[in-house]
Amino acid sequence: MTSVLYDAPGPATRRRELVGSVIGVLVLAALVGLAVWFAAGRGVFQADRWDVLYDPPKNQTAGDVWRSMLVRGLGATLRAAAVAAPLALALGLALALWRTTRFRLLRVPAVAVIELFRGLPVLLMMLFGLLTLRLDAFTAVVFGLTVYNMAIIAEILRAGLAALPKGQAEAAYAIGLTRSQALWTILLPQAVRTMLPSLIAQLVVLLKDSSLGFIIGYSELLRSVQTNSQYFGNRYFVALFLVGAAIYLLVNIFLSRVAIWVQRRLQRTGTTAAPPPTALRGDLATGRNV
Amino acid sequence: MDVVLDNVPAYVQGFLVTLRLTAYSGAASLVLGLLIASLRVAPLKPLRVAAATYVELLRNTPLTLVFFFMYFVFPQFSVLPPVPFFWTAVVCLTLYTAAFVAEAVRSGINSVGVGQAEAARAIGLTFGQTLGQVVLPQAVRSVVPPLINVLIALTKNTSVAAGFAVVELVGAGRRLSTANAGDPWVWVGVAVFYLAITIPAGLLAARVERKVAFAR
Repeated sequence: MTSVLYDAPGPATRRRELVGSVIGVLVLAALVGLAVWFAAGRGVFQADRWDVLYDPPKNQTAGDVWRSMLVRGLGATLRAAAVAAPLALALGLALALWRTTRFRLLRVPAVAVIELFRGLPVLLMMLFGLLTLRLDAFTAVVFGLTVYNMAIIAEILRAGLAALPKGQAEAAYAIGLTRSQALWTILLPQAVRTMLPSLIAQLVVLLKDSSLGFIIGYSELLRSVQTNSQYFGNRYFVALFLVGAAIYLLVNIFLSRVAIWVQRRLQRTGTTAAPPPTALRGDLATGRNV
Repeated sequence: MDVVLDNVPAYVQGFLVTLRLTAYSGAASLVLGLLIASLRVAPLKPLRVAAATYVELLRNTPLTLVFFFMYFVFPQFSVLPPVPFFWTAVVCLTLYTAAFVAEAVRSGINSVGVGQAEAARAIGLTFGQTLGQVVLPQAVRSVVPPLINVLIALTKNTSVAAGFAVVELVGAGRRLSTANAGDPWVWVGVAVFYLAITIPAGLLAARVERKVAFAR
């Protein structure tokens, strides 16, 4: 363990750290053990609370349970995200371009739209779609996700365009490109490239927010956990919930890892846009450059 | 338009619940988040790992899932006597937001140049002095704007409580909307109250950011 914040430990300190680590692990283990003991006391680990996953009652097969969660539940979650994400990206791009037009007055509506939708909860827009626009649950979820995320994506892209060195646009105009040529061939590719990690992170947020559909009655993953628990009995709530939570975590952590990987890759290849001053920055805790 | 003016008390009541949710869970998550952030730079590995796991788990979990756990699954353990829905919502929002606070604080600390800490170490400052007199004062500058953004997100996230029996702004809006055949003005009223918090806070964050962005 090398850190900039403190010296490399000597033998005495290493001993103390070892003792501290052991105590820390013991405390954590004790907390977890206490929770497990408590849960076991309530019968959480008895087979009749978990058999819904491999041998469910009520003449259902394990396949039925898993299909209802993975195919219908997760499928519905992914479908909402898969429809909303391209829409949000396209509309966000349009808004970002509108937001950066050369005539100040023309920008006002774009700024208003972005600030409005950025400042409101996603759930509010979903309920607006459901109760006022009278959309069905799926469309309301997609509507809410799209409207909110297009504003965020527009901001991300705008920031990406603003972060480009001025010379890029100047050089493009100097060789006679029109504004749209400069945007599509010079500026946007670089802006999207530098902002790719943020864009992916935002798509993770979009996927997470699709769980709000649970509240407005869209039968997605969480809803399938709930209906299964209600059908088979409340004693299965813990098992079914753990499966649902694990699915969310796996999908999201996978996407987050992709974002980190993309970021690393971009830093290694070096973008033409001004790179972050990595040489001066570092992870103080580990002494690594980040 | 009339529907807003006729129901001002309902709006104000919902707004106050939203404000209380934000204030309580904001304060609690700042404390918890700072604790987690300090665990993440602690010299003891198990503590670092535990804190990092917490942040990674909560950041990749939808808030709805946290609420779902606290409202439907946790009572199955019957550890605690039932508490009012409002306080359960505060606990959910705190646990969730703390992970983001911890991340904002950590990246703020990391934004301080390594050379600063190296120089401090070189002139013989101890760990406490390095952190307290050199790194943290500089880190605060770059932590404040993202923290404000975390709190803005928290304000918007309190709306999830509407799905779990807490009648805050969105919950009040849902009631009014159902009662008034989906009158769009109901939502304009709700939106105004939210924007009254989020837009000034966003401007503040941008302002602080500009002030702080000195010679970096």
